[in-house]
Amino acid sequence: MTSQAATASTEVKYNYDVVRQFTVMTVVWGIVGMGIGVLLAAQLYWPALNDLVQPYTHFGRLRPLHTNAVIFAFGGCALFATSYYVVQRTCQAKLFGGPLVAFTFWGWQAVIVAAAITLPMGYTSAKEYAELEWPIDILITLVWVSYAICFFGTIVKRKTSHIYVANWFFGAFIVTVALLHIVNSMAVPVHMFKSYSMYSGAMDAMVQWWYGHNAVGFFLTAGFLGIMYYFVPKQAERPVYSYQLSIVHFWALISIYVWAGSHHLHYSALPDWAQSVGMVMSLILLAPSWGGMINGVLTLSGAWHKLRTDPTLRFLVVSLSFYGMSTFEGPMMSIKTVNALSHNTDWTIGHVHSGALGWVAMISIGACYHLIPQLYNRKEMWSVPLVNAHFWLATVGTVLYIASMWVNGLLQGLMWRAFNQDGSLTYSFVEALDASYPGYFVRFLGGAFFLTGMLLMAYNLYRTIEQEDEEPAQANQAVTA
Amino acid sequence: MSIFWSLWIIVLTLTCLALVFWVLMANRKVAVRDDEDPENRTTGHVYDGIEEYDNPLPRWWFNLFLITMVFGLIYLVLFPGLGAWKGVLGWTSVGKLERDQERALESYEQSYGVFSSMSVEELIDNPKAMKMGARLFANNCSVCHGADAGGNYGFPDLTDNDWLYGGTPEKIRETLLHGRAGNMPPWGPVLGEKKISLITDYVLQLSGQEHDADAAAEGASLFAQNCATCHGADGKGMQTVGAPNLTDDIWLYEGSREGIMQSLRNGRANEMPAQKDLLREDKIHVLTAYVYSLSQE
Repeated sequence: MTSQAATASTEVKYNYDVVRQFTVMTVVWGIVGMGIGVLLAAQLYWPALNDLVQPYTHFGRLRPLHTNAVIFAFGGCALFATSYYVVQRTCQAKLFGGPLVAFTFWGWQAVIVAAAITLPMGYTSAKEYAELEWPIDILITLVWVSYAICFFGTIVKRKTSHIYVANWFFGAFIVTVALLHIVNSMAVPVHMFKSYSMYSGAMDAMVQWWYGHNAVGFFLTAGFLGIMYYFVPKQAERPVYSYQLSIVHFWALISIYVWAGSHHLHYSALPDWAQSVGMVMSLILLAPSWGGMINGVLTLSGAWHKLRTDPTLRFLVVSLSFYGMSTFEGPMMSIKTVNALSHNTDWTIGHVHSGALGWVAMISIGACYHLIPQLYNRKEMWSVPLVNAHFWLATVGTVLYIASMWVNGLLQGLMWRAFNQDGSLTYSFVEALDASYPGYFVRFLGGAFFLTGMLLMAYNLYRTIEQEDEEPAQANQAVTA
Repeated sequence: MSIFWSLWIIVLTLTCLALVFWVLMANRKVAVRDDEDPENRTTGHVYDGIEEYDNPLPRWWFNLFLITMVFGLIYLVLFPGLGAWKGVLGWTSVGKLERDQERALESYEQSYGVFSSMSVEELIDNPKAMKMGARLFANNCSVCHGADAGGNYGFPDLTDNDWLYGGTPEKIRETLLHGRAGNMPPWGPVLGEKKISLITDYVLQLSGQEHDADAAAEGASLFAQNCATCHGADGKGMQTVGAPNLTDDIWLYEGSREGIMQSLRNGRANEMPAQKDLLREDKIHVLTAYVYSLSQE
């Protein structure tokens, strides 16, 4: 009995409309956000590009738009799409919430459009990854609470006895992001477009990086591990490697991650004890983070041959490798002495992008390539070779990006700390900048590769949707053991 | 830190680690039932066709987890972390900074100290001292005065022979040690736009630029009343207060009509920060010689 037959027999009709909407917007916002990223990379190599339409296209105004667009628009839409799809299918229940479901889609798009307008205009609360001003923050809160109601409502009315591990991760991500967003965005408004943080000094910095690091930990890690736990076993058609491992690494991950934020503030005005605790917890985070990678990769045992023919599975597996790499790199960079070298250099930017491109984007893209045929009742994507081409563009792009930033980061860190025998600095800042130029070009190239892949994906998506209807997809061929 | 907050931090940190440890230990083994192949045993749950194996935690991963936890606990005993607990090693970030600075002083100070007995005039002929002075300048002064010491808008050129506070070695040393605060008060609210315009014509005349002769004549008496105290009756400036010479072609800000009017209207405030505590005497001696050398060729 296939699971599709099981679905049919219980007469569950899933809400796929909202999943389709979010999936399409994942691709659209991916192109917008990464397009701005490539422009920013180009600006660092050809500074004249800042002047396209001053002041709106200035690096300082577009940079927060890039981060918001890729994290919350691209990543956010991917999380909405996949969590709505997964929670329905693994609970065998139609999405709860009625009109709230549509509100989460239109509300979230409104937040993104508002960000795309206000950030280039210069309206910002100046908190990294939380730049949006207070009226937009309130809208985010409303959308997020509705999201929680829809998601947990569906869990409550589930027809399965247990809750699947993917939903633990989605649930933790939804609850914690609500908490992070509300606490960090507390501010005193002075007028419609300006507010000041409720916190001040070192405490403001600590709250900000508690938020900032957990935006990584819960939005970009826990949420995407939820994606991993459904789409990897589904695409590989193999059981999840270890239930025990998923329990241990889930609880360890969510308990430890919330402590780690202070490693962003090493050697700052933050008290020594808070820096140390952040560093210790970051190191202990290594094993829980790797738990997810191991569980994903070992799920493939017995199905490795599928990698040869299935580019979608390749996206998912390579994303896990990049995840493992970044979550090794992160704890290392949190060690104070390593941080003394890496802080404020391009190494940090490389680290972020090995997570953002290699892990978050790749797993989202893989999940979308699994989802799209299911949602539009097709056997497969319009062109599998195009998916394969996308995979190589994305992989090469990511490698170019992070390798160039590693080189730049080490170069900068070592040049900044080099002393002459008389104690003076060996290099001026400008000399280190000059040495970074080749890396900036390679980074631009890597970004352009990645963006080109996204454009192929958009075309492939369009052709898949437009295709003449054919036989209904045998989506869930025999997975039962 | 009060005892309450200290305990708060200690209890929260250790409880969190203890719970994580408990989750790890509680799930570390799965009893293998004899009648089944352990490799293919699942939990029995099926979600949308997905099953889960009952495999135990990978041994190396379990060990890695324990090692990081043990390392973390040792670190928290040795270093500050658990609330008010100072750590066995007594390490602090401020203490580390101070030790680094002391070590730097020990190793670098003597390389400057050898020059302290030599005069500035001797040093400018000493290639080694000039090389070290140039590095000091590049590290500490070039941000404002420019890599070529040619100055910037609002920051004086150090290569010409026009000095705001004097260009003798003694005066340069004084500037470096104690800094300078230049202050031209805003005359807009006192004199009004009309009089400012008249004075501007006079200042343009002083520096030999195009001007309205009638207006300059009127401006001359206003200058005598209001500006001469600092800039001198002849407009040649006064080094004791750092008032610039207005009769030459060198301008700290802009020498155009609009630039001069803006200086008059809103005033100017300038600050050269004191370097005494940052660089100390020996380095400042070498730096003095380097800055002095810039205008000696």
